[in-house]
Amino acid sequence: MKRSRIGLGFIALAAASALVLSGCSSSGGDKGGDAKGDSAAIITVNGSEPESGLIPSDTNEVGGGRILDVMYAGLYYYDAKGNPKLDAAESVESTDSKVFTIKLKADQKFTNGDPVDAESFVAAWNDAAKFSNARKNASWFSNIEGFDDTKDAELTGLKVVDDTTFTVTLKSAQSDFPLQLGYSSFYPVPKSAFDADGNITKDYGQNPIGNGPYKVADKGWTHKVKIEMVKNDDYKGDREAKNGGLSIVFYDSYDAAYADLLGGNLDVLDQIPDTAYANYKDDLGDRWINQPAAIFQSFTIPERLDHFAGEEGQLRREAISRAINRPQITDKIFADTRTPAVDWSSPVINGYSDSLKGKDVLTYDPEKAKELWAKADAISPWTGKFQIAYNADGGHQGWVDAVSNDLKNTLGIDASGAPNPLFGDFRQSITDRSIQTAFRSGWQGDYPGLSNFLLPLYKTGASSNDGDYSSADVDKLLDEGVAAKDVDAANEKFHAAEEILFKDLPAIPLWYQNAVAGYSDAVSGVTIGWNSVPLYYEITK
Amino acid sequence: MLRYVLFRILQVIPVLLGTTFLIYFMVFSMPGDPILALFGDKPPSPAVLEEITKQYNLDKPFIVQYFLYLGGIFTGDLGVTFSGQPVSEVLARTFPVTLQLALMAIVIELVLAVSIGLISGLRKGKLFDNVSLIIGLIMTSVPIFVLAFVAQYFLGIKWGIFRTTVGPGAPIQDLIMPAIVLGVSLYATSMRLTRASVIDTLNQDFVRTAYAKGLSRNRIIPVHVLRNSLIPTITNTATNFGVLMVGATVTEAIFNVPGVGNTLFKAIRLGENTTVVSFVTVMVLIYLFVNLFIDLLYAVLDPRIRYA
Repeated sequence: MKRSRIGLGFIALAAASALVLSGCSSSGGDKGGDAKGDSAAIITVNGSEPESGLIPSDTNEVGGGRILDVMYAGLYYYDAKGNPKLDAAESVESTDSKVFTIKLKADQKFTNGDPVDAESFVAAWNDAAKFSNARKNASWFSNIEGFDDTKDAELTGLKVVDDTTFTVTLKSAQSDFPLQLGYSSFYPVPKSAFDADGNITKDYGQNPIGNGPYKVADKGWTHKVKIEMVKNDDYKGDREAKNGGLSIVFYDSYDAAYADLLGGNLDVLDQIPDTAYANYKDDLGDRWINQPAAIFQSFTIPERLDHFAGEEGQLRREAISRAINRPQITDKIFADTRTPAVDWSSPVINGYSDSLKGKDVLTYDPEKAKELWAKADAISPWTGKFQIAYNADGGHQGWVDAVSNDLKNTLGIDASGAPNPLFGDFRQSITDRSIQTAFRSGWQGDYPGLSNFLLPLYKTGASSNDGDYSSADVDKLLDEGVAAKDVDAANEKFHAAEEILFKDLPAIPLWYQNAVAGYSDAVSGVTIGWNSVPLYYEITK
Repeated sequence: MLRYVLFRILQVIPVLLGTTFLIYFMVFSMPGDPILALFGDKPPSPAVLEEITKQYNLDKPFIVQYFLYLGGIFTGDLGVTFSGQPVSEVLARTFPVTLQLALMAIVIELVLAVSIGLISGLRKGKLFDNVSLIIGLIMTSVPIFVLAFVAQYFLGIKWGIFRTTVGPGAPIQDLIMPAIVLGVSLYATSMRLTRASVIDTLNQDFVRTAYAKGLSRNRIIPVHVLRNSLIPTITNTATNFGVLMVGATVTEAIFNVPGVGNTLFKAIRLGENTTVVSFVTVMVLIYLFVNLFIDLLYAVLDPRIRYA
């Protein structure tokens, strides 16, 4: 999962700046400047310093991810709507969703001249899955035959057939495996990346070489400051750059980036800071975008908490869900930059549905909530207080307080937020299960598939099933979905699982985060992709 | 004098050992697992987590980590950041930027403080004095981020005089606006110190004697009055310099300055202890030498001060 570092610190400071700036916002508005479409123009966009070296299988956050996505061509890329499109691959075929035959387009080259062949994929994937390399995205390869996360082992499921063909054998059938192949973990790397032992070198991570629409300019990476990308003329795929290159400028705060957008130093900003929510439409005229993104937000109430097990717990969860006025919070706290949830994924995901049975549990209904709460009290009277834990470095306080207020007012209980100072601290208490309250949870899709929003979170024992939810029915439906023969058949099973989730509420769905972006009047053709990152190659200046 | 300086420099050693130890201990005691945080909401398999933790020595007890770090220092190795760059490189890139910003801010502060303070002191109780005191009061009471945002909005966005943030490479012209913000936010205290000191000095016998000897005002004010009044101002300014070298975090963040404050803040959030400790160590060194410099400067300004 690519982590977003949205709302970096400076909360108090940001709030104050909103007060200062909202009083004196200019009313820009008219769309000046015709798109000249200069094919050599450099587009300036925002980004952040990658947290690790730029090795595809070792980058799991958005700062590095956006760079990898433009400098590599994987087997697939995702278009704006999240549909996978063939990129380096000519075809990906399977008759049983277990053995896949992958054919590459002929004569593709990395920017250093190395060929993009079957070996460049197989070697990269083996490096990624190798235990002692400890690549952050290693788990992506866990379903390929031979994968072992306890010791070094070769992926025996990978076979090079010829220069442009290789096969992948999975441990078990997986209908959406091709859907995953556009994710950065699966990018190929050139021969020069490897040392004598067949591992990708640290140095490669500092001087990466790709095969995508852009390449890193000579000495283009100034750490902490920016990375310069230039168009790769050798790239032959559909994502050919309509501009001459990108200057990805690193910002530590979105406020600074927003000031640069208004000041004309930045062409595209993919995340308007929350301090500007009140006035960004006035500031930018019609040069803003606000659309749902592949980010699902919720809070989880583990079953191990007092009063939240069994039938009592189920009643209380439903009462809590119905006591939250989602539309009001998304409007007042987030200025409509969140969209109230109606399912367990996101509107940009293949498989999203707004007509699932049981979704009315997400509708604000204080009367019903009180009733359910009273029923639960009849089983065992409520004691103690209800708290939602969050990491204070991520800008969550506003909505946690609002949700707590809703619970307090509707259910008459003592509800409040429980801030943890740092993300690391918050994650640790969740991972080691020492947390004794409900906690915020969220999911940003790695690839636009419904299974990605369900399996890791709600399957018994899954990696991110932090509330230890377990339901035999859900497990069965998820397994059937994964093994289904195509994505549509899979989604049918997944929808049935989602309907059970509405009854059990292993997490309380809240809203989808929107991608709120802005651009300067110097550029045109700005579209935000399914993963909230602009499609840089389409932008013209 | 030389003995005094040598003694002061030798003092640095125990201070450095003490601070690095303390900082290491504090970073080590920070709650949460930094490696776990690197993975976001999606936890890695325990085996992978263990492997990466090992790579950064985070699995060892803190005393072992500390001595590994100390050992590294003697071989010139300050460790690597999570993104794989040597900490020494990060230091070499960020300190010059912050140093430049701090020096510019100090120059602005000094020019404002000394000129306004001197005139105010000479015209005690007059209109200029009162107005400058009120403006100074306002400047000290407005929080620096308000000053910064107002400057950014009007000077940067609205009127386009300066670039809204510091551009790639941190060119001098981009640093002017943050330097003005920092200088203005700091000048008031120095200005009042200068003013009070000037008033005090004007009443001293040697000034009266100088006037009685028939020396011109143009000679008395700069040489006799100002020079003798500057000690508190210099002390304050030097302390400010130390503060600026380490702590312009808010200003650096608002103007996206790739400097020390910004980097340190991020390193603390990420729990990158090698970066944090190396940065703080350099900061302590700067503080120590700035203090030594102040002490030596006293002797230049006031010949009565002598070091054994």
